[in-house]
Amino acid sequence: MPLIEVNSLNVQFQTPDGEVTAVNGISFVLDRGQTLGIVGESGSGKSQSVLAMMGLLASNGRATGQALFDGQDLLTMAPKALNQIRGNRVAMIFQDPMTSLNPYLTVERQMTEVLQFHKGMSRQQARVRAVQALDAVKIPEAAKRVMQYPHEFSGGMRQRVMIAMALLCEPDVLIADEPTTALDVTVQAQIIALMRDLQRDHGTAIVMITHDLGVVAGLCDEVMVLYGGRAMEHGSAESIFYQPTHPYTVGLLGAVPKLEQGDHALVAIPGAPPNMARLPPGCPFSERCALAEPRCVNTRPTLSAIADRPAVFRACHKRVDEVMRYADALATGEVSV
Amino acid sequence: MSAPAPLLSIRDLKVHFKLASDSPLPWAAPRWLKAVDGVSFDIFPGETLGVVGESGCGKSTLARAMLNLIPATSGSIVWQGQEMHGATADAWQDIRKSVQMIFQDPLASLNPRMTIGQIIAEPLRTHFPRMDAKEVMCKVRAMMVQVGLTEQQINRYPHEFSGGQCQRIGIARALVLEPKLVICDEPVSALDVSIQAQIINLLQELQAKMGLALVFIAHDLAVVKHISQRVMVMYLGRAMELADKNAIYRHPGHPYTQALLSAIPLPDPRRERNKTLQLLQGDLPSPMNPPSGCSFRTRCPKAEPGCAQQAPQLRALSPETRVACLLA
Repeated sequence: MPLIEVNSLNVQFQTPDGEVTAVNGISFVLDRGQTLGIVGESGSGKSQSVLAMMGLLASNGRATGQALFDGQDLLTMAPKALNQIRGNRVAMIFQDPMTSLNPYLTVERQMTEVLQFHKGMSRQQARVRAVQALDAVKIPEAAKRVMQYPHEFSGGMRQRVMIAMALLCEPDVLIADEPTTALDVTVQAQIIALMRDLQRDHGTAIVMITHDLGVVAGLCDEVMVLYGGRAMEHGSAESIFYQPTHPYTVGLLGAVPKLEQGDHALVAIPGAPPNMARLPPGCPFSERCALAEPRCVNTRPTLSAIADRPAVFRACHKRVDEVMRYADALATGEVSV
Repeated sequence: MSAPAPLLSIRDLKVHFKLASDSPLPWAAPRWLKAVDGVSFDIFPGETLGVVGESGCGKSTLARAMLNLIPATSGSIVWQGQEMHGATADAWQDIRKSVQMIFQDPLASLNPRMTIGQIIAEPLRTHFPRMDAKEVMCKVRAMMVQVGLTEQQINRYPHEFSGGQCQRIGIARALVLEPKLVICDEPVSALDVSIQAQIINLLQELQAKMGLALVFIAHDLAVVKHISQRVMVMYLGRAMELADKNAIYRHPGHPYTQALLSAIPLPDPRRERNKTLQLLQGDLPSPMNPPSGCSFRTRCPKAEPGCAQQAPQLRALSPETRVACLLA
């Protein structure tokens, strides 16, 4: 049995403008020690999909489908049972380390609370464990710093405190929602190296949500590319980066400036991200896709495996060789979008 | 690079902020935050100078000091042969016809109560108050089309636009005066990757068309390398390296540049997993109490006792590269 199995997860929000579907039919499977990257731009539904799994949706949000952790469905679980899993066996790190730590409590209180609640430790035992956890994420003078308040830490250190806190109970799954987006590159490199070490030592499964393809490339075994709340392409990191089969993946890879490339213009994707309240009936990317044809706008392509590469799934009407020819033409600068 | 005269020459520019003393005694010496501490460079017509550095390195303060939005503490700012440090407000106002700025947060830098037309027209109305209203509107419309907006959007308000479009409006506002130099302070940091590429391409296209010089400030070295001819790397208010962009990428001279380069995650799994990572130890020192000598020495893997003695100045390693390091 896989550790996490998500089956056609939907997230809907009731808004004054009607019902908006933020996440539409997302499925994935995650095993121990594996890392899944969920990539997408703002509004693609990447954060809402994991918030739904953790039961943390806003009050006007509703999740349907299945999110099995160890065979139990997180979506239908009673809050009390969910609390036994959240923070204990499935932990989460958020993007902004300042707003997700409580400014009124010392780091010690915030960390010991977790251990007292989940592990039934005494405050003294918990404190020893908290200091060890801070040591593990390389916070200098952990025994002294644990008594400080979040504002006394720098941004990178706060994110390390968040990671230490998430790992206190040695969770099976760590969900990281843009954990390095607010940080400088040198600090980001430290945090990613740290996550990689922790995964190696504890076999933690990681769900990494990010918009940064570089972060995904370094950390993830498998990648899911989201657009407009739907999975566009899903496969191994190697296949997504070296043989993308969806026009959106091709566009996303072309839009990132690369250090080693020459001076030719970046391949910008025209237009703007979709309005989730007014998605086209067909492929959500069809409005911005250079290869779109009438059927792309009208009928929705389903996510299905590629014939000769069964581990790669794509949702696109165009044939794989058409998209790959287009990708080659873009890479050599023959066509522009 | 020797032939044309520089548009703007900056020499030993310092911007120090006075902070409240932490001592309760009223006569205690004030503390100083040295946001920019002795930076020198030239900008030539039509070129792009990239400025990179992490948060707190003084890159935004430098941008603002170049336009006197924050007065410089000392140093010299020479605009086309004219010394501007200590110049009158009128003289600065005159210069701002030719030097404009684009800001990081596209929505926050647009007045929510003004229409797009009014926002883009404002520089014209400020600097050319006697310009005919028809001519102003004509220029505004032409500029809107140039940056990829449509003329029909002229009466809309900023909240009706997406982040990428707001940044286009900010670019139109900066370029409507046909400046010679545009200072871009993290213009694409707040945008999604696909939109970021649109804005970078637009800036490059307009630069070629209008012969603009750009100062492009960002924390993303890959973006800066893409758009610039030369790159300046800053750390704690000082320039660590100023070099041709290909030189800086192929042979980074300063240990900080090397660490910065190695920290950039590459969108390429095989190379990203096999590269040697130079992790910096510890955190950025407080700019209120920077290390003696070289400001990078506390985190530098190569630091020697001599580095604490004196602050190294930029010196030429090769025609393309200047590095502020005693050991390079």
